[in-house]
Amino acid sequence: MNCVTPLGLDLQCNWTALLKEHTGIDVHTVGSFKNIYTAKIKNLPTVHEDLTYLETMLYLAIEPLIRSKTIHAKTGFILSTTKGNIDFLSEGKSEEAQLNKLAVKIAGLFGFITAPIVVSHACVSGLLAVSVAKRLIQMGQFDEVFVLAGDKVSEFVLSGFNAFQAMSASPCKPFDAERDGVTLGEAAGAILVTKSREGALVEIVGEGAINDANHISGPSRTGEGLYRSISSALNEAGIDATAIDFISAHGTATSYNDEMEAIAFDRLGMHEIPVNSLKGYYGHTLGASGLLELIISILSLQHNKLIPTKGFVNRGTSKDINIITQKMDIPLTYILKTASGFGGSNAAVILKRVNG
Amino acid sequence: MEELKEELKGKIIEVLNLEDVAVADIDDSDALFGDGLGLDSIDALELIVLLDKEYGIKLSDPKQGKSIFESVNTMADYIAKNRTK
Amino acid sequence: MDSPLYISHYCKIEKGLISVDGNVVFHADEAPFSDFIKQAFKHQQLDYPKFYKMDNLSKLAFLAAEVLLRDEEDKEDIALVLVNKSGSLDTDVKHQESIQDAANFYPSPAVFVYTLANICGGEISIRHGMKSEQVFFVSDAFDATTIFNYATYLLASQKAKKVLCGWVELFEENYKAVLCLVERAGTKLHTINNINQLVKN
Repeated sequence: MNCVTPLGLDLQCNWTALLKEHTGIDVHTVGSFKNIYTAKIKNLPTVHEDLTYLETMLYLAIEPLIRSKTIHAKTGFILSTTKGNIDFLSEGKSEEAQLNKLAVKIAGLFGFITAPIVVSHACVSGLLAVSVAKRLIQMGQFDEVFVLAGDKVSEFVLSGFNAFQAMSASPCKPFDAERDGVTLGEAAGAILVTKSREGALVEIVGEGAINDANHISGPSRTGEGLYRSISSALNEAGIDATAIDFISAHGTATSYNDEMEAIAFDRLGMHEIPVNSLKGYYGHTLGASGLLELIISILSLQHNKLIPTKGFVNRGTSKDINIITQKMDIPLTYILKTASGFGGSNAAVILKRVNG
Repeated sequence: MEELKEELKGKIIEVLNLEDVAVADIDDSDALFGDGLGLDSIDALELIVLLDKEYGIKLSDPKQGKSIFESVNTMADYIAKNRTK
Repeated sequence: MDSPLYISHYCKIEKGLISVDGNVVFHADEAPFSDFIKQAFKHQQLDYPKFYKMDNLSKLAFLAAEVLLRDEEDKEDIALVLVNKSGSLDTDVKHQESIQDAANFYPSPAVFVYTLANICGGEISIRHGMKSEQVFFVSDAFDATTIFNYATYLLASQKAKKVLCGWVELFEENYKAVLCLVERAGTKLHTINNINQLVKN
């Protein structure tokens, strides 16, 4: 696995920066939005002249994973993105902005034989893409799947979140009483999901992605879809909710989202389990966020070390929730990653440490 | 003021895609949210854009919207006092 | 997998025609998509004003699901697996137009929310109370193998009781929707070939 973010262009740089509690959020100007807080990558190197900014991020994320691998007929490629090369639209190039065009181009760079699959499911895309990979492997369609996720900060998305009055005036404060919205970020992440246990870091033991069926932009007040997604994942894993050692939550720092998550965790009796949100380091990286935060959570599992929730000071949810405020050393076996997004979407994935 | 209210009703119907609702169907004092026209949170955000685009009014605090968007009466009052175009 | 799976019903919306299981249920002469879909919706005699607020992709997907599911009972566990070529590009272009000109910069929240392809699935879920598994894929051509495997997985793993799956594509005036309801009862077998034939023909 690997990631490319404002905190670094590889996994090790990211982990080091997180341990120092550095944030990728800074003041930037994006189109007509002057001096706003976003987590943008600084000094992204040029790889090829004909790659867009996002394609370069994606390339840098997946290239180290593929470098030593042989692509065969049962190697899958799943791309998760919400908006892809959306900047093409401002130049009137709608054809070029198509998500499948982006996937085909990246697939071509690495010589994938199977047709790429794009998962575009709002802010749960990155996490759901991992579920999709696992499911298609279970069905025998693939032996292994490279899951790649990426989105960039764009005026397109910024203007929309701004019209939604969802942008935070300061770096976002997940689960905090003073939280006032999201900070947008950009990142790419890549992970290899395989049916072989050999060399595996973790096992995907359960997952679910269930819709709220409530509202297209607001989350369910009862956290129903998230509650059901986690229940489904626990059921598949065959474990109780209390067996989870750590939750990497979505934690966008909007008033409604964080409240909804706290309610869902509380309903499952998970209010004492340590929880973090990584949005204070990376901002909300949309279609990349679920995968990026899963990758960082796997690092936590490997190091038995939990990263605090940057931006959080005082609990701002109606239900108790055990937000991590300081680095913690703790033995980890099962971890839960969740995500929720527009369209009433939710996703949950449970990972288990693979021993030896 | 009456003219503004009529204009406002037309604009509300247009931007919120209220099919089968005519200007004459909306009473000046009808509740826009809840039981009235049954508008929801996205509609409220859309009304904020309407204030900005048509009347040059920027709501700095979205919570203000609640009292402003109670009815056509309250909206028209607010616009008359604060419009910049 | 254990017991066989079937495509119990399917519907198609294309070129001004709506059909269910091969039988035409609505037809409109040449009309722009927006007029056609409005007529078709009125034909359903449904009191659902939210329909008029949807973007065109959602209207298309909503109506396709409506004609298939209106007589279904117990819809909570019907999963939704949708795929198209253009994602939400049709609405993306509209949002871009609202921010293209700095002097006339008024992005609309009601448009922006539809700049995500999966929102049309959310609309279907809300209408039918489907608190169920959901995914939205994008691919250049319909990938029957992935849809077949994914739907089969959801049923075999008991993560869903039935699966509504298929193609919902719309960009400008080009549109096509084909949805299949996959379950344990029926006559037409759930196979890659059968799905492919339904969607591609």
